[in-house]
Amino acid sequence: MIAMRGIPWALVAMLIPFSNAMAQSQPGTHRSITDTAVHWPGWDQVSQALLLRDYNTRVVVIGATLLGLAAGVIGTFAYLRKRALMGDALSHATLPGIALVFLILGAKNMPLLLLGAAVSGILGVLAVIGLRTIPRIKEDAAIGIVLSVFFGLGMVLFGLVQQLKTGNEAGIQSFIYGKAAAMLHRDAWLIGGVAVAVVAACTLFYKDFRILCFDEEFAGSQGCPVVVMDLAMMALVVLTTVVGLQAVGLILVVSLLIIPPAAARFWTDDLGIMTLVAGASGAASAWFGATLSAVMPRLPTGAIIVLCAGVMFFVSMMAAPRRGVIAGIWRGWSLSRRIGLQHVLRAFAEHEERYAEGVGITMQQLLAARSWSPVSLQRSLQRAIRRGEVTRGGDGGFRLTSAGRVEAARILRNHRLWELYLIRHADIAPSHVDRDADDVEHVLSEPIVRELERALDEAVAIPPSPHAEGGGV
Amino acid sequence: MSGWDWSSDGWIVLAGVLSACSCALVGNFLVLRKMSLMGDAISHAVLPGLAIAFIVSGSRASMEMFVGAVLAGTLTAVLSQAVIKYGGVERGAAMGVVFSVLFALGLILIRQAADHVDLDPGCVLYGNIVQIPLDAIGGEVPPAIVNLAIVFGVNVAFVGVFYKELRISTFDPQLSTTLGIPASLMHYLLMILVSMTTVANFESVGSILVIAMLIVPGVAAHLLTDRLSTMIIVSLVIASASAVLGHVAAAFGPRWIGIDADTNTSAMMAVVAGLFLLTAVLASPQHGVIGKAFHRIQLSLTITREDILGLLHRWREMSAGDSRPMHRDEILAAVGDSTVSRWALRSLVRRRELVPAVSDASTRSPAYLLTPDGIASASVLVRSHRLWESYLAKHFAIPLDHLHMSAERWEHFITPQLREELSQDLIAPDVDPHGKEIPPEHGGPGR
Repeated sequence: MIAMRGIPWALVAMLIPFSNAMAQSQPGTHRSITDTAVHWPGWDQVSQALLLRDYNTRVVVIGATLLGLAAGVIGTFAYLRKRALMGDALSHATLPGIALVFLILGAKNMPLLLLGAAVSGILGVLAVIGLRTIPRIKEDAAIGIVLSVFFGLGMVLFGLVQQLKTGNEAGIQSFIYGKAAAMLHRDAWLIGGVAVAVVAACTLFYKDFRILCFDEEFAGSQGCPVVVMDLAMMALVVLTTVVGLQAVGLILVVSLLIIPPAAARFWTDDLGIMTLVAGASGAASAWFGATLSAVMPRLPTGAIIVLCAGVMFFVSMMAAPRRGVIAGIWRGWSLSRRIGLQHVLRAFAEHEERYAEGVGITMQQLLAARSWSPVSLQRSLQRAIRRGEVTRGGDGGFRLTSAGRVEAARILRNHRLWELYLIRHADIAPSHVDRDADDVEHVLSEPIVRELERALDEAVAIPPSPHAEGGGV
Repeated sequence: MSGWDWSSDGWIVLAGVLSACSCALVGNFLVLRKMSLMGDAISHAVLPGLAIAFIVSGSRASMEMFVGAVLAGTLTAVLSQAVIKYGGVERGAAMGVVFSVLFALGLILIRQAADHVDLDPGCVLYGNIVQIPLDAIGGEVPPAIVNLAIVFGVNVAFVGVFYKELRISTFDPQLSTTLGIPASLMHYLLMILVSMTTVANFESVGSILVIAMLIVPGVAAHLLTDRLSTMIIVSLVIASASAVLGHVAAAFGPRWIGIDADTNTSAMMAVVAGLFLLTAVLASPQHGVIGKAFHRIQLSLTITREDILGLLHRWREMSAGDSRPMHRDEILAAVGDSTVSRWALRSLVRRRELVPAVSDASTRSPAYLLTPDGIASASVLVRSHRLWESYLAKHFAIPLDHLHMSAERWEHFITPQLREELSQDLIAPDVDPHGKEIPPEHGGPGR
């Protein structure tokens, strides 16, 4: 609970360094960072960019970082609400608005451009929602339709702008691919303002957004104004997208909304932590991307930022402790190792059961006990010896140690209990239960074993094999 | 561009038609398989493939570029599947991650490649269809047209040869696997074909607009028909029409509205396709918004009409056969005053089921009486209502005062056959649970 209350404050705290830097930013030496002649930067430039010494760089880097933060935070909720690709339709749908404002004004008027972008973006979202209500049109088709047709409309208008030679073609292009270097002081302030608004709104409505993400109907029953909250969430997404257009471009801005939350999801099950991680990783990739493109101006900022976020996603997907791919492979591997070991021990127990306690078993006999490959048998056997559960006798035979015998008896007993249970309570023929018990014996927990004992009235002993005399298992 | 010139506009339109049709052909299956976004993802993600092949081979329009892009497109399908399966990421988000990262990578590579070879990143997005005729030196067929024709031919051949397999694996993957048609093989073949089509269309319509051509004709056709073969044909017609009209509108449209310019043909193709879709959404007989609204209004008109008849029937019963007319105000107050109820009243008079009664001096509004026809329709309706109430009372433990609501709703949908069955089940009852008389099936104003 305390941790949860701390989260909004942590979000706010993440903004503080930026506000300081913004406040201190004074117009300094104007080094053009759009200079295309630069290829490989010297250390001076790198340190200058890293330390935000250069005024333009400072504006760009801070603006982009705040954008990454805001997009990561609001993107988390959109992601959990399975609205991730709605942002894609939204961002592509901003183009007609931008092009129309360009066409009418013939000049670059940032507030009006952003307003046009927001209006046509919202129209795009409404179109997706409208199309979705038609039973024959699935949501993904609706998104694809809106995205491409609105983009087409934008391109038609853009074609006119180009033909009319108003000299603003480049201005539009920067909205499509993003051109962080073109960011001005006030653009960065705008992004900063939006970032504050997004973080503040997510803090304020944290509880409502949370239940909305996980259980819409429950949210309604709890008196949460579902429609209002949904609209608020959508409005924040629109806001973030629109101010992000210039920095990363309309094609890639959606990835700032999707990738950091998707990466954060691997690390945690807690929404608060996920929001923090997504915000932080969004900010980190934006910071890195913007810095890199400040020292290597030929690289498109938006693409670099997205690539950084992509690397973070890949690392998260691979290396996250519980949900990661490597962890999953490790889990699978250690499970199969345990199963191999338990199979060996059971073979010993069955062997002793047939002959006598302490009788050695040869490799040949073990191999015949079940259909395992010599290699995997050897490996499991080695493991049992290392664990001190099996010893190798002088005659080449293997024997259980006393510790091994206890463990082997436990496994054999689990196997038999399950077989018996299937025969008595699930009416499965004795000849068919072995395979099933073979799978289940490894995962029977203590409480389940107790329950089986109760159901079968088998308190202590290992039940005899249900299979035909001499047939073996 | 001042007038229509077959030597350039002809080639442009032909390129547009070929590219739109080849996209629409495979797009149908994307739409039906609910994989529309895969087209989106692939079209974004072929970019790095193009760029790498471009850097390696150092030229445009080469086989390497084609192969590279097809590989990248197919890789997207495989990667998205891997992120969904191993990462447990939701489908849409997984595709979003994969295609945006690949697109970003492609963008960076293209920026680098553009140093060495002439390639405009803008072309990637919206193609360069007007350039195509410029390659037609001395009446030869432009190479881009040849490429598009080949891809269209391959798509037609693929759909033609594997029509049955595609159909079964699209509508019922399990069935197709049991029939020995590997659904996942068809899936990946389709993905390869989509990548190939996307790449071939890069030059003419560009990466974003190819999405429009993949999805929009298919969705529009799906709204208009239920048969796969018809759907394919309709989608091809829509695609071709979008290409032709798109070019005309792009070349001449701005002048009609007084702007002296022309605009992007491929973008206009997407817009025209969007307009076709909008038309289908509004006007499709079965699924269209207008058709549905019309049906809804008709249904509510019928229901209100029947409610009025029922009302007058009960009024008549209450006044014990003495045919007193009922005032318009009273009728509208009882059924709810709305445009639909006024229409219903008017249409009842038109159908000669109600007649305006001779009103006395004190009336504020016209009054109505049931005609013999009206009495017949009304008693059928009241019979349905009361039979249903009796049936509910007999078989379900529903309190008497709760029967009316259900009957009020269902009376409009009870067919003569159902009435017959209800009557048999209840052994031809005379009165309903409230003790009111159930009118006979035929025979007008009761006994």
